[in-house]
Amino acid sequence: MNAPLLQVSGLTKNYGSTPACNDISFALHPGEVIAIVGESGSGKSTLLRCISGQMEPSSGAVAYTHADGRVTDLFAASEAERRNLMRKDWGFVHQDARDGLRMGVSAGANIGESLMAVGSRHYGKIRASAEDWLSRVEIAASRIDDSPWSYSGGMRQRLQIARNLVTAPRLVFMDEPTGGLDVSVQARLLDLIRGLVRNMKLAAVVVTHDLAVARLLSSRMMVMQNGRVVETGLTDQVLEDPQAPYTQLLVASVLQA
Amino acid sequence: MSGPAYNFAYLNEQTKKMVRRAILKAVAIPGYQVPFASRELPMPYGWGTGGVQVTAAILTPDDTLKVIDQGADDTTNAVSIRSFFSKVAGVETTEDTDSASIIQTRHRIPETPLREDQILVYQVPIPEPLRFLEPRETETRKMHALEEYGIMHVKLYEDIAQHGEIATSYAYPAKVNGRYVFDPSPIPKFDNPKLDNSPALQLFGAGREKRIYAVPPYTAVKSLDFEDHPFSVSGWDKPCAICGSTTSYLDEVVIDDQGGRMFVCSDTDYCKKRRPA
Amino acid sequence: MYVAVKGGEKAIAAAHKLLAEERRGDSAIPAISTAQISEQLSLGVDRVMNEGTLYDREWAALAIKQARGDLIEAIFLLRAARTTLSRFGYCEPLDTSAIQAKRRISAAFKDIPGGQVLGPTFDYSHRLLEFELDAPPPAEVAAAAEAVAMPRVLELLGHEGLIEPASASDAAPGDLTEDPLEFPASRDLRLQNLARGDEGYLLALAYSTQRGYGRSHPFAGEIRHGHVEVSFIPEELGFAVTIGEIAITECEMINQFKGSGGVPPQFTRGYGLVFGQCERKAMSMALLDRSLRAGELGEERVAPAQDEEFVLSHSDNVQATGFVEHLKLPHYVDFQSELQLIRRLRKGGEKP
Repeated sequence: MNAPLLQVSGLTKNYGSTPACNDISFALHPGEVIAIVGESGSGKSTLLRCISGQMEPSSGAVAYTHADGRVTDLFAASEAERRNLMRKDWGFVHQDARDGLRMGVSAGANIGESLMAVGSRHYGKIRASAEDWLSRVEIAASRIDDSPWSYSGGMRQRLQIARNLVTAPRLVFMDEPTGGLDVSVQARLLDLIRGLVRNMKLAAVVVTHDLAVARLLSSRMMVMQNGRVVETGLTDQVLEDPQAPYTQLLVASVLQA
Repeated sequence: MSGPAYNFAYLNEQTKKMVRRAILKAVAIPGYQVPFASRELPMPYGWGTGGVQVTAAILTPDDTLKVIDQGADDTTNAVSIRSFFSKVAGVETTEDTDSASIIQTRHRIPETPLREDQILVYQVPIPEPLRFLEPRETETRKMHALEEYGIMHVKLYEDIAQHGEIATSYAYPAKVNGRYVFDPSPIPKFDNPKLDNSPALQLFGAGREKRIYAVPPYTAVKSLDFEDHPFSVSGWDKPCAICGSTTSYLDEVVIDDQGGRMFVCSDTDYCKKRRPA
Repeated sequence: MYVAVKGGEKAIAAAHKLLAEERRGDSAIPAISTAQISEQLSLGVDRVMNEGTLYDREWAALAIKQARGDLIEAIFLLRAARTTLSRFGYCEPLDTSAIQAKRRISAAFKDIPGGQVLGPTFDYSHRLLEFELDAPPPAEVAAAAEAVAMPRVLELLGHEGLIEPASASDAAPGDLTEDPLEFPASRDLRLQNLARGDEGYLLALAYSTQRGYGRSHPFAGEIRHGHVEVSFIPEELGFAVTIGEIAITECEMINQFKGSGGVPPQFTRGYGLVFGQCERKAMSMALLDRSLRAGELGEERVAPAQDEEFVLSHSDNVQATGFVEHLKLPHYVDFQSELQLIRRLRKGGEKP
């Protein structure tokens, strides 16, 4: 296998004297989807913010390998490099679509902004891409000039995904992408995400408290508790034969439900 | 009780030096907004204090000053600023664009082409072109530093999507020297082409917002647009009712309460010179 | 008719003449003197000196007279005069511990060393119009209070480590009348900005913190008002000489703090210092000083009063009034552009 896309080494983040993530290391390979699973307060969201360059860890490193083989040490890089990376190579899907969308402008502008941020200056082409992406996330093209405020929660989330994927990133971070949505909407959204991730051969890090999300999207998973990784492995194996007591408890609680 | 004795051009020499340093830096980095310690003046913020400080800092006793507002020499604020400088600096003033060495302006660029030996000083209310898209100064400075200007085009995109054309008619943003996006002050976009490659030095002063920026002579200024919706300006259906000009910017004058209108040059000096004797 | 739309020098001159007449009012009524304003409208003079950022009672009184009692206009006049003054340097830090206090109170302790000194205040008066004021009897002159040692109330807490130490620094403070404000701003610059800021604006924002928008649980630890000496080190002498005395009001707030990160729970400080007896302003300033320290203390910034860019960028009433009122200036050219655009868009009709 090639060099990992993302190499996380010894990452620790403290809030005051309390570590939110403690000495976490893992590698993510191109096209691979990893799920980070844990209950709220387990440190999974802090971990996601650190590895996606939004928050500086107390110690540890995150290295990203570019398509041309260059390697960027995320926290040694300048802010300019980091922001460039986020614009061109990465996507970030927030739990609340309002955090990931520009709510004051139309859906088309939301998708178009990503393209304009990487230099597109042809209105007709930008608009055509926006229409194409709306249909790929199952939103009628006639809604292109509508404000995201007029969209339902599920549509906003799909719009956010389109805005992230229109620039064909290599890596997407997702923070509880289906959280806060109705169960029926969740299922449809998960199917959509799975299809897009597979077709575009995207690598992704998905943070979720929901084992069903991990099962559907990821090939590997990491289980976190109290800032530490308590179990890691192929998703199917971990779910069928959990080793750590905490994972056993998680899996059992879902089966009972 | 005694009043202060005013220095030449009102500002004290310390202050003028500080303003000049900011101007030099602005000229060295075209389009970059240089912070400067703007001072209080006897006219209110928002009424041209930035332009007045720039003019005061560059003014010499040999200069001839012209002041226009809305293109006209006779508008209240232009009159007030002109009389201020003739009082505190004793310099010669003029309404004739050709004989002015410094022209302070609000909202217009003169129709008469400028020369290398002239300086155009703009009064600027909001220097930050990104301000209405991103209110935070810390963020907008970062966006300039990293050339993150995609968001400017979002605004233009929205205009075209909703109106079929770019619906920004004044304070139209442009890129200076291929690097900084800047706000040319609220001149009509009609005037934007005059910014480009001008022989005159163009200085911009924003007093309340404490910024100075510049477009040095013969510098490229490109108004933002899309490849398939290029920047364009439109003219009027009729010529100026007084001088007959078909190429100048026209003011609309309401002549009665029946909806009657006439259109006349906003640049009063230009219009006067073209008027049949 | 074309020229009539534009202003014209004659019209301006006439407007000035009319203003002078209105300012004088009915000439049968004696004109007010600046000395009367300085003595009898002294709190107005204090406010103008504060926000005008110049300690000069005579000029401030003249500004109030010239501005027809419009204090923001008077502040503006004083600022414009201040601009022209040459700068000799910065005075030594004021020693407010050595204040000759006319007033000194603490809301945190009942009894404090040096005592509670109520002084001249509206606080305990009934706000009833005193109609006899129009023809008042000569006021009794109060005996000057004897100077007593007045240790700082907040230091009493300091001995137990219950309050954060007052930050002290020998570094030269910033000066936003000499350098433009940049964000993030350090505390010295924030304080200077607040000291120059509009009293009403500070009051409203401070009030918002009490109503839950960025709560900081304040107690008025100590408020003192009186005269302090100003000393200055002239370059040619090399030692400090007293150059005069100014009246000030100082407010030190004590604020609750639950602790965060590695910092234990302790009281924190908010500080306000103003010219004259602008107590309301000093208190508002202290509340805002504290709320603006949210970032430094690791508190979540959620309220307007905790948002440094918002608070500091809009506090200056000379800037604010200028920009709001500049809407009165002609905008013919821009409006013409908009008119044309709207007409064109309406003609275009349907979307492309």
